[in-house]
Amino acid sequence: MPAPPAIAIHDITKRYDGAASALAGLSLTVAPGESLAIVGPSGSGKSTLLNMVAGLDRPSTGSVTVDGVRVDRLNETAAAKFRRARIGMIFQFFNLLDDLTVLDNVLLPAQLAGTPSARARARADELLGYLGVARHGGAYPGRLSGGERQRVAVARALMNRPALLLADEPTGALDSVAAAQVRDLLAAVNADGQTLLLVTHDAALAASCASRTVELADGTVARDTHGSVARDAETTAACGTDGSAVGGTGGTVTGGPAPVSR
Amino acid sequence: MNPAGPLARVVLAGVGRRRAQASVVALTTLLAVTASVLALGLIAGSRAPFDRAFAAQHGAHLTVQFDATKVTAARLAATGSAAPVAQAAGPFPVAELRPRIVGGPPGLPVGLGLPSLTVVGRNQPDSGPDSIDQVAVIEGRWATNRGEIVLDPDSLPPSLLGARLQLPDLPGAPVLTVVGLAHSAGGSARAWVAPDALAAFVSRDVPAGLQMLYRLTAAGTENAIDSGRAAISAGMPAGAVTGTRSYLDVRAGALVRTAVFTPFVAAFGVLGLAMSVLIVGTVVAGGVGATIWRTGVLRSLGLTPAQAAGAHVAQVLVPATGGVGLGILCGNLLAMVVFDGSAAAYGAVAPSVPLWVDAAVGAGALALVAVAALLPALHAGRRSPVDAMRLGRVPRPGRGRWAGRLAARLPLPRPLSLGLAHPFARPARSGVLAVAVGFGALGVSFAVGLATTLDSIAADNSRDEAGEVVVSTHVRVAHGPKSGAAAPGPAQAPVAAGEVADAGDAADVAKVIAAQPGTARFFTSAHAEVYALGIVGPVTVTAHTGDSSWGARPMISGDWFRGPGEAVADTRFLDETGAGIGDTVTVTDHGVSVALRIVGEVFDLDDDTVDLATDETSLRGLDLGLAVDSFNIDLRPGTDLVRYVDTLQDALASHPAVVRANLEEGSEVIAVMDALIASLTLLLVVVAGLGVLNTVVLDTRERVHDLGVVKAVGMTPRQVLAMVLTSAGGIGVCAAAMGVPAGVALHHRVVPLMGTAARTGMPRAYIDVYGPVAAALLVLGGLLIAVLGALVPAGWAAGTRATTALRAE
Ligand SMILES: Nc1ncnc2c1ncn2[C@@H]1O[C@H](COP(=O)(O)OP(=O)(O)OP(=O)(O)O)[C@@H](O)[C@H]1O
Ligand SMILES: [Mg+2]
Repeated sequence: MPAPPAIAIHDITKRYDGAASALAGLSLTVAPGESLAIVGPSGSGKSTLLNMVAGLDRPSTGSVTVDGVRVDRLNETAAAKFRRARIGMIFQFFNLLDDLTVLDNVLLPAQLAGTPSARARARADELLGYLGVARHGGAYPGRLSGGERQRVAVARALMNRPALLLADEPTGALDSVAAAQVRDLLAAVNADGQTLLLVTHDAALAASCASRTVELADGTVARDTHGSVARDAETTAACGTDGSAVGGTGGTVTGGPAPVSR
Repeated sequence: MNPAGPLARVVLAGVGRRRAQASVVALTTLLAVTASVLALGLIAGSRAPFDRAFAAQHGAHLTVQFDATKVTAARLAATGSAAPVAQAAGPFPVAELRPRIVGGPPGLPVGLGLPSLTVVGRNQPDSGPDSIDQVAVIEGRWATNRGEIVLDPDSLPPSLLGARLQLPDLPGAPVLTVVGLAHSAGGSARAWVAPDALAAFVSRDVPAGLQMLYRLTAAGTENAIDSGRAAISAGMPAGAVTGTRSYLDVRAGALVRTAVFTPFVAAFGVLGLAMSVLIVGTVVAGGVGATIWRTGVLRSLGLTPAQAAGAHVAQVLVPATGGVGLGILCGNLLAMVVFDGSAAAYGAVAPSVPLWVDAAVGAGALALVAVAALLPALHAGRRSPVDAMRLGRVPRPGRGRWAGRLAARLPLPRPLSLGLAHPFARPARSGVLAVAVGFGALGVSFAVGLATTLDSIAADNSRDEAGEVVVSTHVRVAHGPKSGAAAPGPAQAPVAAGEVADAGDAADVAKVIAAQPGTARFFTSAHAEVYALGIVGPVTVTAHTGDSSWGARPMISGDWFRGPGEAVADTRFLDETGAGIGDTVTVTDHGVSVALRIVGEVFDLDDDTVDLATDETSLRGLDLGLAVDSFNIDLRPGTDLVRYVDTLQDALASHPAVVRANLEEGSEVIAVMDALIASLTLLLVVVAGLGVLNTVVLDTRERVHDLGVVKAVGMTPRQVLAMVLTSAGGIGVCAAAMGVPAGVALHHRVVPLMGTAARTGMPRAYIDVYGPVAAALLVLGGLLIAVLGALVPAGWAAGTRATTALRAE
């Protein structure tokens, strides 16, 4: 029996008053554990699509079902609780809180979810350490470089080991070394069974992490390629260049639904 | 193209786009102006109520009563041409009568005896626009036939209109109906009837009198009045003048009464003004960041700095002008309501808000708004447009982070600890919020304390003398009638020497009272005048027999006297003699002295005579010829008052005694003050709430992006609400914790000042009106102001969609 889809989007449109539709009759199904790259020109609706999936916004028409829950019908409270429990989101523009330290920013989702503080602290240290920003834990985001902020945003999104990770240009501000680190991390997350929705302009990222690529144009799916455009051979969840990053530190850090023991 | 065109469009667009801020500016100026007009109007309007009423009524400087058997009406009419007399009216028939309520509308205390009233026969309240003493009819109409009477309601039981009054002193005990209520500013009479009515009623039993009213060419000083009095009575037989009254004495009494309330009205006025200035200033200057940014953009588009600043000021002045106009209207309407209630308290002529108050408050408010708007705009004008845009957009982060770290360690849910830390990140804004709440808490604490003080003063002084029932008599206690004792004023019953009964009578009356079922206890009071060292003129001493301690007036310090040789005195007596508690003072009469030890200071608000009270036995050494004026009786619980009064009156039928129920009177003045306190407090609280609202609106608008982020990572709307309310509430509690003690301190300063104005000290009980529970509740009140003010913007913050917030960058 096929598992129910992790995400089932049926014919959604999104219209902001006055403007043309940001999304126009888009349908999309994502299987559990799948890793999906979303590409497309600027303004094609990629960020809007992620917002719909996260329940941050509601479609004008159509339905969005995530893990069997109609997120487009959740009220604000239920949507917040749903995000807290299931979804990690890396924003295109980081969206860190300027008044909180890096550590407090990363801890926030765990604190809202009620994770015991010692466990949350250990988890945050682990993520920040892996991403190479541990020494900035006590600093405020205003002092960090763009790339450092992006890594903090990644750490925050992974804090609650979300079953679904939504990443909007997670490597947009990173140099190639840091980008590779994030790429490995995402690959490891996906390898642990977490579903991954990845918006990117970075062909390397799409190639190495995604088993499927969806191209948006004018708010609808223009092309849907099972299997990476660049590497047809890989069709399963095996995201990543090789197994080392996954089995190494990455496995420990991501520690998905079935955490890898040390 | 006309440059005013686009500029006007920019201004209107600014007003339209920032509708929330425009309405807050309009509403705040409205309330601030209302409060200021009311406060200033009250101060100005209540300044000289007596003088205004006296001038309006063209009151008599001198009222003189003559013995009709010793001078003729024609002789009296001739006094009008005496040199110092500018204008005269009369003679009018006059008599001192003690009416008794025998019927009327339901609710009246039937059977109740009223105090002795000066009743004058007059055809009409005034006889033309220039006539003397144009009595103001407050309610109802003038008495036109024999069965009608008009009363001055001052210090009489309320709602006497329609009552039927019997005059037992007159032959046949006629009954009259109260058809109107009226007031003479100069105090020429307390009741009026048709002239022929009085002529018909008055018999030989009651001394017939004639009243003359005079306006003098010079009436500014006591001396001028005295020489006028001398000129009028020149050449008249001895005893022809039975009483005179100078308007200066009436005025002094009225001034004391209103002077009492001046410190409190002034304190409230200053509070209201300070608060209005503060809140309006912060509301207008509040959007500094946005202002700076906006002027930067406008200038980058080609406006000169002056134009950009002008556009901003105009944009604020549009809603402010609306608020000022409405505020002046509301302030006047509110003042009318308050003044209307106080018409009687101020002497029938209701004051109104002077025009200059409206003009000054309006102009002041607009100037304040303009300056508050201009400062940030000018500040921005000195920078380059790019600088201005950068400066305006980016709030300087990095303040109060220690608080954030500290709060994060608290064992609180994260939204609450975030909320607690937030105020420290924006100290200036939090300061504004704190000041708004602090002033609000100060105002409320002050108001609550003042209302409590006034109410306890009213409760303790609702009876002019002790006891539920008072028997008024004129029975001698000791030997020999004394000539030249207390000269009766027009409001007192004339005491003819022959009326003073034998010494035995006091004991007889006491026996009857003691035997009367329902009597719990009683004592007697007698009044005499003596002299004390250090005081010019006579001192009124009240001599009691029996245990008078249960009827003691409130004590400022010390205790009620306990035995012979001990006495209590009021503040004025102690001030003037320089004596203190424990000191011995010597009182003298006809060269004989007795020593009295002062054991207590009594609270005496409304009497401007110098007072001393002691046991009758203390004064035995003096030959005062004391006559008991009253028996003050305390009833057993459950005794029917009216029945008791009736049966006791019957039992005392053979004695010259009038039994009356000593009803508690609600004080009109205090009722007015209560209404004033309530309305001013409400205004202060709303203004404070608006200050909070505005601050939280601005803050929320700035933080909308951060709010979106916390929601995106899983904070529920309820948690967002809790976070924003915790911020405001935390500041509110701290501000109230400072505002409440400040309000208490203000109360502790103003109440003794009110006492000083009335020339009395204040008992501690009237000052220490705040218990710990009350103080805690007041602090919670501050919290409430903060939370209620923040509720709307907090709800808005909680309700915005996360993506809307995130895009608001
Ligand atoms: N809140 C909004 N109000 C109005 N228009 C919006 C809003 N959000 C998105 N849009 C519009 O919807 C369209 C799609 O926006 P979206 O952010 O999804 O694009 P994108 O594919 O993520 O582009 P980019 O690659 O530049 O990030 C754009 O034209 C944008 O202007
Ligand atoms: Mg985007």
